[in-house]
Amino acid sequence: MSPAEQSQKKRSARNGWLLSAPALTLLFIAASGPLLIVLVYSFLTPGQYGNVIWKFSLDGWTGILFTRDIFDGTTNLADAHLTIFWRSVKLSLMTTALTFALGFPTAWFIATRPPTQRAMWLFLITIPFWTNLLIRTFAINEVIRNEGLMNTVLIGIGLISEPIRLINTDTAVFIGMAYVYLPLMVLPLFAAIDRFDMKLLEAGYDLYASRMQVLRHVILPIVKPGIVAGSILVFVPSLGAYVTPRVLGGGKNMMIGNFIELQFGQGRNWPLGAALSMALLLIVMAALLVYVRASTKGSNPHG
Amino acid sequence: MTQKVAITAQNVVKAFGQGAAAVRALDNVSVEIAAGEFFTLLGPSGCGKTTLLRLIAGFEMPTAGTILIDGADVTEKPPNHRPVNTVFQSYALFPHLTVAENIGFGLKMQGRPKAEVAATTAEMLELVKLEQMADRKTSQLSGGQQQRVALARALAPRPKVLLLDEPLSALDLKLRKEMQVELKRLQTETGITFVFVTHDQEEALTMSDRIAVMSAGKIQQIGAPRDIYTRPVNRFVASFIGETNFLPVDPSPHGARLSTGDVIAADGDGTVLIVRPEQLRLGPAGVGAGLAAKVTGVVYFGTDIHVNLMLADGTALTARVPSPVDGGADFATGQDVAVTFQPGAARLIRE
Repeated sequence: MSPAEQSQKKRSARNGWLLSAPALTLLFIAASGPLLIVLVYSFLTPGQYGNVIWKFSLDGWTGILFTRDIFDGTTNLADAHLTIFWRSVKLSLMTTALTFALGFPTAWFIATRPPTQRAMWLFLITIPFWTNLLIRTFAINEVIRNEGLMNTVLIGIGLISEPIRLINTDTAVFIGMAYVYLPLMVLPLFAAIDRFDMKLLEAGYDLYASRMQVLRHVILPIVKPGIVAGSILVFVPSLGAYVTPRVLGGGKNMMIGNFIELQFGQGRNWPLGAALSMALLLIVMAALLVYVRASTKGSNPHG
Repeated sequence: MTQKVAITAQNVVKAFGQGAAAVRALDNVSVEIAAGEFFTLLGPSGCGKTTLLRLIAGFEMPTAGTILIDGADVTEKPPNHRPVNTVFQSYALFPHLTVAENIGFGLKMQGRPKAEVAATTAEMLELVKLEQMADRKTSQLSGGQQQRVALARALAPRPKVLLLDEPLSALDLKLRKEMQVELKRLQTETGITFVFVTHDQEEALTMSDRIAVMSAGKIQQIGAPRDIYTRPVNRFVASFIGETNFLPVDPSPHGARLSTGDVIAADGDGTVLIVRPEQLRLGPAGVGAGLAAKVTGVVYFGTDIHVNLMLADGTALTARVPSPVDGGADFATGQDVAVTFQPGAARLIRE
């Protein structure tokens, strides 16, 4: 490259930065501003009627795992908090697994339709997004509640005599989240499978692989980026889910999202809520980091 | 025939679609391919050659007929239970695996011991001269290198038969010529039966032990390259393989009577006389025997000159004559010449 070309390249790079500066500034403030407020609040003292008192305190952070006994002032491990964390992680993992189990065949089906039909199938997949999440969740509630559609029909045709009690259980939350987040799994999987060269299936069979071996050694490794993307898109919002556990889990079966909301509402402990939010953010970031590391390991072209 | 038969196809029919709209891609095809043979399926696109290859590989099931590989009926068997491997037109290399892992894939799927997989992979890398590339991803290779990986991958499990689906069509001319030599070398070294699909007649002629010329779902002729070129059985084969002059004739006791009235000695049986352009000799008009013709055009090809001719009755002919050493013109448009046939060059065929 000649010096003239180099200086031209530098100039156009500088112009690019200058031109995008307003947008970048706005984005930076919008993205980091609220986070910064949450971070600061997590180190303050709770006010009596909500809000915060500007006095430094680590109680918000220690409150994540420990509770102080109000009578003797000793600090104990907060079992109730751990139960909520464990339920959140467990339900999110289960949701990710179920959406993958349902989403993979669905995405494969769509990707193998003639190109003219694919748009229609994808359109059908995205239809639920048109309705408010709350409405959809109440619709699920209507289906699975004790006097709901499912139980009425099952009792009506004589399959069961007592209603199946699903509502206000972890299972109800699990079903609800899988329903809500399924499209988020299907779309990235479809994108990955759509790029998959179907000739490779023939190559696999030709080289003595059985159907299961082709799935394991050819299809899954190649569509892995789609699996990782779909899992992240489902797992992350599941972990912070608020509406679904609230509507389908009742008040009892809280997840982290509801627990955080509780601190800003009835709990009147904003620093604890802020600390919980930051902790959730850190957990998600750590999980993503591990995930991305694991998924890029095998595909490094020079590794 | 004492030679072992590698592949037998008996009355194979493959129809795509249903009922009246069904298209017969293969129409009652029977063929025997001998063990150790370099056998080519040659024909224009849509002639059914790739369909036949896919039936042998097991990617498609025949509508009717049977396919035997090494004497065993494999008609109903899926591809992973057939002792054949395919080199795909698009190579279909696994993008997530290295060159070595690609080559070892078949052996690994067969459950061979790790040491054997490694040893055979190394041997195959050497065979296709890619030892330096073993740990590369296939996307980092050139077209010719990818082609060699595809070959090594298909050869590694030592199939009874190697199927090659137009493997050279994506390569540029120079590389294609190199790979033709390479393929022939691999076939000789491994002794494996090769079934090679191509639409390139030159490729077929230079590489094959035997060629099956296909058209419209049927095998038109099977034979050695020389047989097919010199003794085509019908107009399709004659026109598809090389260039040919076709002259309508009437039968005559001494050969064939042209529409100009001249009688030409010819072997074969039929109502069309064929003669290859390079078998025509052009001499000065009015001297000795020969058909009177007028030069209507001269095209310089470097190695030779194509002279377009017209007989007295308007029949068009093309002759190929060697290029003059000094590059000068031997013939000019409008010139009168006498056309003679090389002895034995003219043949009669059916339509």
